[in-house]
Amino acid sequence: MIAPPPSGPVPWDKHFAQELLFDMLRIRRMEEKCAELYGAQKIRGFLHLYIGEEACAVGALHALTPEDAIVATYREHGHALVRGVPMNAIMAEMFGKSAGCSRGRGGSMHLFDAAARFYGGNAIVGGGLPLAAGLALADRMQGRQRVTACVFGEGAMAEGAFHESMNLAALWRLPVLFCCENNLYAMGTALGRSESQTDLCAKAGSYGVPAQKADGMDVVAVHEAMKAAAHQVREGLGPFFLELQTYRFRAHSMFDPELYRDKAEVEQWKRRGPIHTFSARLKAEGKLTEGEFLALDARANAQVQAAVEFAEAAAWEPVEDLLRDVVAPT
Amino acid sequence: MGAESGTVPMTMIQALRSAMDVMLDRDPGVVIFGEDVGYFGGVFRCTEGLQKKYGTSRVFDTPISESGIVGAAVGMGAYGLRPVVEIQFADYFYPATDQIVSEVARLRYRSAGEFIAPLTIRMPCGGGIYGGQTHSQSPEAFFTHVCGLRTVMPSNPYDAKGLLIASIECDDPVIFLEPKRLYNGPFDGHHERPVVPWSQHPRGEVPEGHYTVPLESAAVQRAGSELTVLTYGTMVYVSEAAAQESGVDAEIIDLRSLWPLDLDTVVESVKKTGRCVVVHEATRTSGFGAELAALVQEHCFYHLEAPIERVTGWDTPYPHAQEWAYFPGPDRVAAGFRRVLEK
Repeated sequence: MIAPPPSGPVPWDKHFAQELLFDMLRIRRMEEKCAELYGAQKIRGFLHLYIGEEACAVGALHALTPEDAIVATYREHGHALVRGVPMNAIMAEMFGKSAGCSRGRGGSMHLFDAAARFYGGNAIVGGGLPLAAGLALADRMQGRQRVTACVFGEGAMAEGAFHESMNLAALWRLPVLFCCENNLYAMGTALGRSESQTDLCAKAGSYGVPAQKADGMDVVAVHEAMKAAAHQVREGLGPFFLELQTYRFRAHSMFDPELYRDKAEVEQWKRRGPIHTFSARLKAEGKLTEGEFLALDARANAQVQAAVEFAEAAAWEPVEDLLRDVVAPT
Repeated sequence: MGAESGTVPMTMIQALRSAMDVMLDRDPGVVIFGEDVGYFGGVFRCTEGLQKKYGTSRVFDTPISESGIVGAAVGMGAYGLRPVVEIQFADYFYPATDQIVSEVARLRYRSAGEFIAPLTIRMPCGGGIYGGQTHSQSPEAFFTHVCGLRTVMPSNPYDAKGLLIASIECDDPVIFLEPKRLYNGPFDGHHERPVVPWSQHPRGEVPEGHYTVPLESAAVQRAGSELTVLTYGTMVYVSEAAAQESGVDAEIIDLRSLWPLDLDTVVESVKKTGRCVVVHEATRTSGFGAELAALVQEHCFYHLEAPIERVTGWDTPYPHAQEWAYFPGPDRVAAGFRRVLEK
């Protein structure tokens, strides 16, 4: 059964609440524009949109400090943006321009940014998980009290890399926050047809990793759960597994005819959409007016417009430079 | 060969599907599984409709578990089934490497011939779709390096179907690489031009029934006298375009089966032309071209008029935006022709 839309009080001041709403709007408007640009062949190859799941990245990443690290998947535009990778650099990367955060070599699925401590952008399912364990182990060995947040989809939990990483992290009590965005479909395969144990927290629990679920459509629930989890990990209590129950409103990628789910199901989940439900709660509490919402939305759209102009104007990486960074310079 | 019925125009996708359809129908031991191949019909639609026709016990979905997919197929094969598994992109096979190298390839040897692994592992490969570093690779040399595997790469719908049926019927494990840029037409590297559909190509005429293309047979794609091109997959058409545009009378050999290799056809051609260019999309160093060059010099040394040339992808990951710089298009291939002719 699909739960009713998120509701209840927002335990934040107006300023912080609007900041998170603005980030969700920035992701949404940026990705809507990306879909349009894909149609115009400005963005090419593979494009996996996060539309519908914005509360996860926004709620979770706002619970981290700038020193913490993020490892993400190929559906990572939102995480990169919230983490502070400039929208201009993200958009330019989508276009494949040299002003992109990966010099245009990666495209949509391979965003990286050292300054934002954003360790990709991993297009191989489960590929980022062992890396996250390693970042966390190095932090501990080098005496830093940081958290590595590792974001992945529930589809990755069928990969061996998930199980190896969970075991290592639990065995060595590593400061990793495993953040599973469970959007119910591993590409076109429903959770019940891809996992023997559909209670994902029970799976994590089998490694002795404390686990908790949160409503991934509710930015408040995500943020509060993530804050508590990050605190625990930072205090040296070992890894934590947080399942964010969410839903993508668009296809898996741009080529997907979506035959694997009912349109009615999608519509029901849209009623739980993270942006309009959160906005309604803020309005009900007097923390947002319609005018303020429109102003935030206009600012988000203006950023997107500027990012597109930046990407359009940027240059391609010179072909002779493509041989650089394969190995260390000699 | 022995086709049982008339031919119809097919894309490579339709030809591959037809091969699986024919084999599911003929052999109750044939089973098809992989990520989203059942209900969804495959990312490239190669298995579309097969689950509906043959049921969920013959055509089924798996979790995202490449190692598990390949490893399970070994066990099933040992009990007499003929699994045909799909790795959604060749770039995703790496998690299954241990199963492929240590289990699939060696089961026959380790058991002194008592057990076999008669499975087929299908993988779409190659670039040209802006897939970037994780959706564009041509990893054939990883497989040709492993003893016990057969590695096949068709370049047209007719061969795709005949080779896939031969692979499924083969008692050895076959790595079946599908150049995804050829799924819908004989792409010649001119990415700025519209795609020519298979319906306008003679090798797009495919028998509806059962037939095979022998697994160790190369095809002479274009007869010529000035030099021999050893190539496979997408580069067959790129090499044809290069020959046409440069006016070089190249003899183009489509290897079809990389290993085992039809060495006789290769040697016969190189002895005739005295010059050889190896063309592949994969990275250069330790690519399959290196093996081909070594074999040619071993077998044709006294017939060679010039050093063997290689035209390949660069020794870099596949770039995203600048993929056409990496891709060895007709101009680069033609330049290779000229180098080998000038020496």
